[in-house]
Formats: sequence, structure tokens, C-alpha cells
Amino acid sequence: MKLTIPAFVGRIAFSALAALIGAIFALPLLWFLFAPFNARAELGLALPDPWTLNNFVTVFGNSYAVQALWNSFIQAVGGVILVGAAATLAAYALSRSSIPGKGAVTYILLLFSSVVSGSAAMVPIFLIVSAAGLMDTHLAVILTFAGGLLPTAMFILRDFIDSIPKSYEESAMVAGASPVQAFFDVALPVIRPGIVVVVVWGFVNIWGSFLIPFILLRSDSNMPASVAIYSFYSEAGTPIVTLLAAYSLIYSLPVIALYLFVSWKFGFRFFGGIKA
Amino acid sequence: MTTEPIEAKPKKVRNFALLSNRAGAAFLTPAGLLVSVFVIVPFFWVIFVSFTNRTLLGRTALNPEFVGLANYLSLFDPATFFQRGQFGFSLILTTQFVLASALLGQALLGLLLAWLIQTVPPWVKRITETFVIAAWILPEVVIGFAWFAFLDRDQGTLNMLLEGFGLPKGDFLLQQPFWVIVVFNTWRGAAFSMMLFNSAFSSIPPSYFQAADVAGASSWQKFRDIGLPLIRGHIVTDLILITMWTFNTFTPFLLTNGGPSYRTELVSIYNYRVAFQDFQFGKGAAVGVIMMLINLAFALVYLSIGRKKKVR
Repeated sequence: MKLTIPAFVGRIAFSALAALIGAIFALPLLWFLFAPFNARAELGLALPDPWTLNNFVTVFGNSYAVQALWNSFIQAVGGVILVGAAATLAAYALSRSSIPGKGAVTYILLLFSSVVSGSAAMVPIFLIVSAAGLMDTHLAVILTFAGGLLPTAMFILRDFIDSIPKSYEESAMVAGASPVQAFFDVALPVIRPGIVVVVVWGFVNIWGSFLIPFILLRSDSNMPASVAIYSFYSEAGTPIVTLLAAYSLIYSLPVIALYLFVSWKFGFRFFGGIKA
Repeated sequence: MTTEPIEAKPKKVRNFALLSNRAGAAFLTPAGLLVSVFVIVPFFWVIFVSFTNRTLLGRTALNPEFVGLANYLSLFDPATFFQRGQFGFSLILTTQFVLASALLGQALLGLLLAWLIQTVPPWVKRITETFVIAAWILPEVVIGFAWFAFLDRDQGTLNMLLEGFGLPKGDFLLQQPFWVIVVFNTWRGAAFSMMLFNSAFSSIPPSYFQAADVAGASSWQKFRDIGLPLIRGHIVTDLILITMWTFNTFTPFLLTNGGPSYRTELVSIYNYRVAFQDFQFGKGAAVGVIMMLINLAFALVYLSIGRKKKVR
């Protein structure tokens, strides 16, 4: 179809507006493209002269900073292993068994998971962790996140499992497999893409979070990167910009990598929209 | 969060389930335990603590006393309620913050973006989407620091641009902290609304728009008469979700610390200050209870809409 002139102008205007909004969204992030590679970076936008990796060398020479990245990794991986395993089992049960009260359980979970947010429940979470004697441990952060992320993870996976025909497992059971065997050998491989989505989503959530570790951890040796980043401030409280910029970039890389992985593999859709 | 509501009656056509009840219960146990301890117990525990004078340190840390409604009365004390740094001030601030940054900012901007990227060339769409989504997926502390640098009075990118256009520079974090966090939260969260509306628009049969094109409709007419009415359900879902998230967000703390002089102290930040800086757990718990009640109201509306959709 040939475009009329007003329609053509309209399309250009639309493109220009979309590009402009995109540019405005990019502005606060531009600084991050340059500062990490500039040995004399300040808060202003400036092209590095010369481009250097010195800031990264300094970060990796700082044992506390490296430890913090490792702590983030432990907490995020520990959390997603728990979430992935527990959510898969539970979602499978919700989808494939006929336990009485299934509907009520789902409704209650849905309700509580949206009512009990981290910022509303910080006091009781602190008290529970404290009463359990888990204060200032990785386990405290791992368990808290596992509990908080599980309801949503279960819904994602239950929807996913509901969409898989039961005949897969049925034929396995006709061939003599037990229900548990049918789950591990037949259903699990088919569910795997759903589990990957849940695991990536959980990892990004835990990796990036600030409030929970900030409340539950005390000692420097347990702090994840999100909290430890505040150690790159001088005594006077001004940020050491070069280190902060390089560290922020390193800390963001796993999130960017996972985003690219998911959008390449599945087409980025909604899973990330779900925040705990 | 799924909107799939719950089927009231499981189909009883055949009494055959792949998983026996015993196995099903075993499969549910690990998740059940974790969710109970870290989601359901906190809900009831916070209510209990809110009726005590528990503190973080000192005598009442170990042996808190029951104080009845004292915490609630001090939150709602009419003499101080609206003063800066008090609960009422914080609650009103949060309401304005949700209205301005979620309902107006994120939803409208998301709607505009979703509509724009339906028609623009793919490369424009990809670039725009990349930055909008980047603002949303990057870790919150990184974003907080990026904005700190962006807004810096002397060198920040924003002031550099303003100067370039011949406009006066400003120390926005000091002068307009509220509008800073409104813009910040709009920028941070618009991606969700954009993606939700984008997928809603894509689910409309293209023939509707083609028919409108033949009739010579403008983009605005197509938006108003076809797009908007057909995604009404998605808009309601979006508004409720972003309202709840914005109401509970703690991220502005990373940019402003709740200051200067409490001017950006949202309820989540107020809760943190009362409990973990003033060490008044009982009062902090009372704030938590009120936040949860507000969340509950929104969640019930959300779930009832989900149910109605299923029935229809």
C-alpha cells in the first residue's frame, strides 16, 4: 500500500518521538558507559582520555569488593536452587494431583504473596530470623528470599505445567513407571524451560536486592555487592567515583548477560515484570 | 504474578490424578514450609508485635510488654499527624507519589510507548525498548548511583545539558526532592507498563486496524476507538499492579535517604527509620500492619477482577 504524505509525515513524527523518549531514558545511564574506563572519572559526563582498565584492576585488587561479589553469588545461587526445586515440586503437585483444598491454597498464597511485601514485613522478618539464630548468615538471606519468591514462582510454573498434556506422563505410567518416576524422567525434562525462566527471574531479583541483606546482615564478610558498594565512599562521605563506576558495571554484568540470554532463548516477555 | 484465578470446582469427571494425594502433599511440603515461615507467619507476627513496646535494644528487646493500641495512637496522634517526619505526612506523600509516578507517569508513558512502538521501524523500536528495559532490569543500587551522578549540581549530565540549552542549573536533590523521586520512579518502572500494553495491543486482530485504515482513521482515532477499549482489562491490571509496587518500593531511599528533612520519606522508608534507626519495633510493626492492610485492599480488588474475567 502506498503511503499518503500525511501518513508518511506521521510515521516520521512517531519514530522521532519514540527515539526521543528512548534517548531520554538513556541519559542517566550514559555516564556508566564512560566513567568505568576513565581513571580520572568524576560525576560529570566525560570521554575517557585515555581509555583504561585501571579502575577494574583496583576493584579486583580490593579483597572486600571481590568477597562481596562472591557473597552475592552465594546468596543468589542458594536462593534460586531452593526456589527452583521447591516451586517445581509444588507446582507439579498443584497441577497434577487432586489434593483437597488445592484451590483454597492457591488463593491464599496469591493473596499473602501480594500483601506481605519486604518493606511492610521488615520487622517480623528481622524478628523471625533473629529468633531462629540466623542473624548475619547467608542462610538468612537465602531462606527469606526463597519464601518471598516462591508463591510467584509456583504460579509461573503451575501455568506452565498446566499447558503440558498429561498424556506424556500417562503413557509412561502405562509402560509401568511409578508416578514419581514419571515426574522425574518424563515431566521434568519437559518442564525445564519453565524452570530456567523461574531460576533466571529469581537470580536477578536476589542479586539486585538491597533491603533484605541490608537488614539481616551485619558483618562485612557476609555483605553482598548491593550493600558493599556503599563502602566505596571516602571518610568524608563522598563517593570514590572511579571505583564505584567500575564496580557497578561488574555488578550489573550478570543481570545484563541473563537478560540477553533469556531474550535470545525465549524472547523476553513477562517473567521479569514480576517483582517480589 | 499470575492473574489466573482459581477454579472453584475441579472437574470430577474421572477420579484419576497422576499424583496420589500422599505424593502431592509431599511435593508441596518444602514450598509450604518456606512460604509459611517467611510469608504467612510474618503477617501474623507483625500484628502481634504492633501491640507491644518491643525495641531493638535494651530491656524491652527481651521482655516486651503489651501496650494495647498505644503504637497506633501515637501514629495517628492528631497533634503531630501531619508534621514532617510523622506518619500522616509520610502517608500523604506516598499517595501523591503513587498518583504522580505510577498512575500518571508509568502508566501513561508506558501506554504512549507501547502505542508508538507498534508503528515505528524495527530498529527504532529495538533501541527505544533497550533503554527503557535497561532502566528497569539493572540493580537498584546501580540505578540509584547513576541518578546521583546524573543529578549532581556541579558536573551532572542533567545540569550540563541545561547549561547547554542556556537554562539555569539546579541542585534538584535539595530543591525538588519529591519531583526527583517521581521522575525517577517513572523512569525506573515504565518498562513494565510498556511491555504489558505492547502485548495487549499485539493481541488485537490486525484486521481491525486495517479496516480503520481503509476508512481513513488517524492514529489517534485508532488508539481511542479501537486500541484503548480493547485493552481496558489490561489497563486495570496494570494500574493495580504498579500501584502496589510503587506503594511498597524502597528504592528512592538509595537516592535520597528519605531526605532532605523527610521530604521524600515514603511509608516504606518511614517504616525502616522507625524500626531500624529509632529502634522502635512495636511502632514499626504498626506501620507494617497498616501497609499490609492497604496492600490487602488492592489485592482483593485485583483477585476479584481476575475471577470475574474467568467467569465471563
